[in-house]
Amino acid sequence: MISEASSFTPQTIASPLTQLLWLIPALPIAASGIIALLKQPRRKLASTLAIGSLSISLLLSLWAFAHVLAGWANHLAVRETYNFTWIQVGSAYVDLGWILDPLAAVMLVMVSLVGLLIFIYSVGYMAHDENYTRFFCFLSLFAGAMLGVVISNSILLLFMNWELVGLTSYLLIGFWYAKPTAAAAAKKAFITTRFGDVFFFLGMVWLFAQTGTLLFYNYGAGSLEGLALNNLLAQHAAFGITVAGAIGLLIFCGAAGKSGQLPLHVWLPDAMEGPTPVSALIHAATMVAAGVYLIARVYPLMSAGMPLIGHPGVTALNGALAVVTWVGALTAVFAALIAIAQNDIKRILAYSTVSQLGYMMAGLGLGGVAVGMFHLITHAFFKALLFLGAGSVIHGCCDQQDIRRMGGLRADMPLTFATYAIGMLALCGFPLVFSGFWSKDGILEAAHSGAIQGPYYLLVFGALLTAFYMMRQVSYVFFGYWRGHHPAHESPRVMTMPMAVLAFFAIALGVIGTPAWPWFRSFLNGQPAHFDFHGFAEPGLLSLMVMSSFVVLFGLWLGWKIYGNKSPSPEEPDALEKAAPALWCGLRDRLYVDEFYGITVIAFYYWWARVTDFFDRRVWGGVVAAVAWLFQLWARFNNFFDDSWINGGFDKSCEEFSTGGGLLSRVENGRVQIYLRILAAGMVVLVAILFWMVRP
Amino acid sequence: MNPISPETLTTGFGLLTLITFLPLAGAAMALFSGKHARGVALITAFACLALSLVIWIHLPADGSMGLTERVPWAPSLGIEYHLGVDALGALMVVLSAIVTLMSVDAANRVHHSPNLYFALVLMLESGLFGTFTALNFYHWFIFWELSLIPAFFLIKLWGGPRRGPAATQFFVYTMAASVALLICFLAVFLSTGSMDFIQLAAMCQSGALENAVTAHLGHVMIWLAIGVLAGFAVKVPMIPFHTWLPATYSEAPSPVTMLLTGAMSKMGVYGLLRIALPLFGPQIYQMRTELLILAVATVVLGAWAAAAQKDLKRIFAYSSVNHLGYCLLGIFALAIPTSGAAQTSQAAALNGVIFQMFSHGITAGALFWFVSILQFRSGGVRGIDNFGGLRKPAPVLAGLMGIALFSSLGLPGLNGFVGEFLIFRGVFPLSWVAATVSVLGLLVTAAVLLTVIQKVFNGPVPAHCANFPDLHHSERMALAPVLILMLVLGLVPQLIVNTVNPTAMNLLAHWRF
Repeated sequence: MISEASSFTPQTIASPLTQLLWLIPALPIAASGIIALLKQPRRKLASTLAIGSLSISLLLSLWAFAHVLAGWANHLAVRETYNFTWIQVGSAYVDLGWILDPLAAVMLVMVSLVGLLIFIYSVGYMAHDENYTRFFCFLSLFAGAMLGVVISNSILLLFMNWELVGLTSYLLIGFWYAKPTAAAAAKKAFITTRFGDVFFFLGMVWLFAQTGTLLFYNYGAGSLEGLALNNLLAQHAAFGITVAGAIGLLIFCGAAGKSGQLPLHVWLPDAMEGPTPVSALIHAATMVAAGVYLIARVYPLMSAGMPLIGHPGVTALNGALAVVTWVGALTAVFAALIAIAQNDIKRILAYSTVSQLGYMMAGLGLGGVAVGMFHLITHAFFKALLFLGAGSVIHGCCDQQDIRRMGGLRADMPLTFATYAIGMLALCGFPLVFSGFWSKDGILEAAHSGAIQGPYYLLVFGALLTAFYMMRQVSYVFFGYWRGHHPAHESPRVMTMPMAVLAFFAIALGVIGTPAWPWFRSFLNGQPAHFDFHGFAEPGLLSLMVMSSFVVLFGLWLGWKIYGNKSPSPEEPDALEKAAPALWCGLRDRLYVDEFYGITVIAFYYWWARVTDFFDRRVWGGVVAAVAWLFQLWARFNNFFDDSWINGGFDKSCEEFSTGGGLLSRVENGRVQIYLRILAAGMVVLVAILFWMVRP
Repeated sequence: MNPISPETLTTGFGLLTLITFLPLAGAAMALFSGKHARGVALITAFACLALSLVIWIHLPADGSMGLTERVPWAPSLGIEYHLGVDALGALMVVLSAIVTLMSVDAANRVHHSPNLYFALVLMLESGLFGTFTALNFYHWFIFWELSLIPAFFLIKLWGGPRRGPAATQFFVYTMAASVALLICFLAVFLSTGSMDFIQLAAMCQSGALENAVTAHLGHVMIWLAIGVLAGFAVKVPMIPFHTWLPATYSEAPSPVTMLLTGAMSKMGVYGLLRIALPLFGPQIYQMRTELLILAVATVVLGAWAAAAQKDLKRIFAYSSVNHLGYCLLGIFALAIPTSGAAQTSQAAALNGVIFQMFSHGITAGALFWFVSILQFRSGGVRGIDNFGGLRKPAPVLAGLMGIALFSSLGLPGLNGFVGEFLIFRGVFPLSWVAATVSVLGLLVTAAVLLTVIQKVFNGPVPAHCANFPDLHHSERMALAPVLILMLVLGLVPQLIVNTVNPTAMNLLAHWRF
C-alpha cells in the first residue's frame, strides 16, 4: 500500500550492467537502421535481424530484472542510474540518463517479451506483404524507442523516445499508405497525440526551469527527489494546485493523448487501420500503456497529497491524482459503452483497450503505482493475445473484420478459439483463475476504500459492460454458424505459438498479485513479500471479490443470453438495436465525439486558416498597397526635390509594389536596366546625403 | 569624432577578408566560363565551406570576437574596415556556405545564361559573408545591400511566371527597410561620431548612447529603435512585415528560395542580435510586450497561414515564417526583466535562437530543394493536390523528404527539436503566456506538414504519377550529407552548442535592457 514506507535500504551505486542498459533500446534501433539500408528483397535477413536484436534485448532485460530481483532479495531498494550531460546552456546542464529500478525492470521484460512474441507472429502474418522489410524496419525502431521510454531517467530523453514512438506509430498505422483511410488515421493519431504532447512539452520545460534538472533521480539532486520535489510542493501555481501538481497535470495531458484517455481517445480506434500485429504491440500492449507508465514514473509529482514511499514528510494536497482518477474512470465506462455497439472485431478490442487504460489510470490515481502497473502488465499480455487472436481470425477469414460475417469458428480454428477464450476471460476478470481478475480487483479494492465512491461505481459498471461486450464478440465470432463465403482455416504455427505463450501468461501472472501473496506490489514498492492467507482477511475484501465476481458472471450471462448461438444474418439489426434503437445508434456512431470535433476544433482550424490567409492577402497586403500609394503621392508632391527620372523610377516601383501585393497579374519584363539605374542612383544619393550631413 | 588609437588596430590573419572576397573572385570567373559556370561555382562554394569551417575551428574559446581585422578607412567619418566573428557570426558564415553549396548543387538545370546566374549566386554569398563578419555599420551596410542586388536579379531573370511583381515587391520592400536602417544609423552617427558596433554597444551599456542621441536630436531614441527593428523585421520577416515573402519565395527559382530562406532570412535575426539588442536594449525593453505579441503572432499565424495554402512553396514559405517566429520569440523574451536565477533561462533562449537559425537554414533549404525536385519531375506544377501516392513509385524520395519534413516539424532526434526545446525552455519561465500560446504553432505546423505527406506521398497513385521517377543516384548522394547533418545535429547538438554557449553568455553579459 502506498501508505507504507519502504523498509528497504536504498542502493544506488550504478553497476556495470546499468552502464550497459542503453544497449537494450540501441540494439533494435541499430537493427532498424541496417534494415532501412537493405535492398527490398532481403526479407529473411530483415526479420532475422529484427528478431535477433530484440531477443538479445530480452536477454539483457531479463538480466537487468534478475539484478534488481537479487537486490530486492537482499533487502535493497535498487535504483541505479547512469547520467551524463548532453549539452550545457549557460550554467544549466541538459542531462540525459537511464535508470534501473523495479518499475523499469518490470516494463523492460514485458515490452521485450511481448514484442518478441509479436515479432515472431508477424513473420507469419506479414508473410505475403510486399513491404515486409519496411515493416520490420519500423517495428524494430518502435521496439527500440519504446524500450528507450522505459529506461529513461531524464524527462527529456523520455520525451524524445516518446515522440519517436509516436512517429513509428504514425508510420505503422499508415503502413498500407495507399489506403486513404489508413493515411488519414495515421495523421489523426499523430496530431491527436501531439496535442497532448505539447502540454507535456510545456510541463517538461517548466519542470526543468523550476528544478534546474531534467533528471528524475540523481543521488538526491533529481527533480523527483528531496529538495527539488519539496520546493515544487511548497509553491502554489493556481486554483490551489501546487506547482508539482500543475506540472503533473501538464504531463498527464501527454499521457492522456498517448493512452487514449477522454477526450483524446478518438485516434486509437482509427489506429486499427494498421496491420494487426501493430495493433497488438503498439496500440494494445506497449505504446498506449506508455502514458500509464509515464504517470507511474512521475508519480511523486502527482501524488503530492499523500504520504509517499520515501517522502514521508510530504503532505500538501493537490488535485492532480483526483483528475487522473476521474478521467480514468470516465474513460473506462465511456469506451466500454461504445464497444458494445461495434461490429469490427478490432474496433471492439480498440475500445476495450481505451477502457482498460482508463482502469489503469484510475488504479494509479486511487491505489498507487503498483496497482496501476499490475493491471498494465496483465493487460499487456491478455490484450496482445486478443489482438493476435483477432489477427488470426482475420487471417483465417480472408481479411474479413466484420464479426457479423463470422461465426462458428471454434470448430475451424480450435487453437485460436482456446487462446482467445483465455484472453477474453482474463479481460473480463473471470474469478480466481485469470490474471485480469486479480489486477482489476486491486483497482476496485482501491476505489472502494477511496474517499469518494463515484469512481468505484463507474468502474464496477465498466466491469459489467466489459464482460458483456466480450461475450457478444465471442458469440458472434466463435459460436453459431459460419456466415462468410470462403471456409475459414487455422493459422500457421508461427502465429499460434506466440498466442499460446501469451495465453500462459494471461493465466499465470495472476499468481504474483493475489492478496495472499502480493509479490508484484511488494517488489515495486521495495518491501518484503510474504505468503500469507490472511491477506484475504482485510475487512471488506472478500465481499468485494464476491461482488465483482458476481458482476462479471452476470455480464457474461447477459451477453450469452442475448447473443449466444444466435448467429443473426449480417443484415439483421442487432438484438439491442431492436430494443433501444436510439441508444444503439448513438453507441454505434461512437457517441458522436468525432462529429463533435469535426464541427468545433477541425472547423475552427480551417476557418482560422482561411481568416489568416484573408488577412494576409487583403488586409496586410492592402496596407502595403496603401503605403505604396501614399509614397507615390508624396513622390509626386515633392517633384522638385529630386531629379525627375529618379522620381519617375520610384513611382514606377511604387506602382508595381502596390500591385505586387497580391492583386496584379500583369507581367513586367526586361526593365532590368532601369532598376539597376535606380539602384545606382539611390546609392549615389545616399552617399551624397551622408557626406552632406557629416560635413564639418 | 573618436580617434582610433593605433594600438587598437589589429590586422588578423585575414581569413575573413579572404572568405568575403573569394566568392567575388569566383563570380568573376564564373561570368567568363560559359557552360562551366556551375563547376566554377561548385568549386568556389566548396572552398568557401572549407574556409568557413577553418574559421569555426579558430574561434576563441571564451566566446569573444575573434579573427578580427581592423584597418582605418575613412577615420574622419568613423568608417573603419573592421571585421570579426564570434560563434554567432561564424555559425552564420558556415550556414551561408552550406546553403550556397546546396543551392548551387540544386541548380543543375539553369539553361538561360548560367554564367550570369552562378556569378550572381556567388555575389550573394559574398554579401552574406560580408554581412555576418562586418563590425562597422558602413561596411556592414554595403554588404547588406550587396546581397540584395543579386537576389533581385536572380528572381527577376530566372523566376516563375509572376517574377516581375514579386521581384519588385521584394526589392522595394527590403530597400525601404534598408533606408530605415540607414537613416537611424546616420542619426546615431551624427550623435556619437561612431559607426562601430562594439563601441556603440559599450556606449549603450553605459547609457552614453541614449544621452548623446538625446542631446543632439531630442527624444528620438525610441523612434530610432523602431526604425532599426522594422528594418530587421522585414528581413526575418516578422508579421505584419511579411507580405513580400510568400510571393517572393514562390516566384523565385527554388535554388534561390533556398538561399533566401536558408541564409538571407538569418540576416534579419542576426541583425537583431548583433545590432538591435546591443544598441537599443532599453528601448526594446520598453516595447517588449508589443514585440512579444508580434513574435507570438508570427509563430501562430505563420503556421496557420500555411494551412490555407495549396502551393507547396507557399506552404513552406509560411512554415519558414513560423520557424523564424520562434527565433523572434526567444529574442524578445530576453528583454523581460528577471532576477539573477533566470539568467539560465535567457542563456537557454539565446542558445536556442542561434541553434534554430542554423537548423532552420538547413531544413528549409532542404525542403525547397525537394520542391524543386518534385516540380521538375511533375513538369512544373507543385500544388499539394497535383501529386498523390508518390511513396509507391518514388520510395526513396518519399523517405528522404519525409526526414526533412519531420525535421521541420520538430521531431526529437532531428535538428529542429533542439532549437525549439531550448527556446521554449528559455521563454516559458520568462513569459509562460507567450510560450503557451506559441505551442499552438508546434501543433499547427505538425498538422500542415503531415497534410503535405498525406496528400503528396500517401493515398492511391493517380495515373499521371504512376511512373514518377525516383531520386537518381547523384541526387541521393547530394542530399545525403544534408540529411545526415540533420540527424547528427539532432543527436549531437554539442557540435554547435558547445561553441555557441560561451558566445551566448558573452552577448548576454554585454546587453543592457
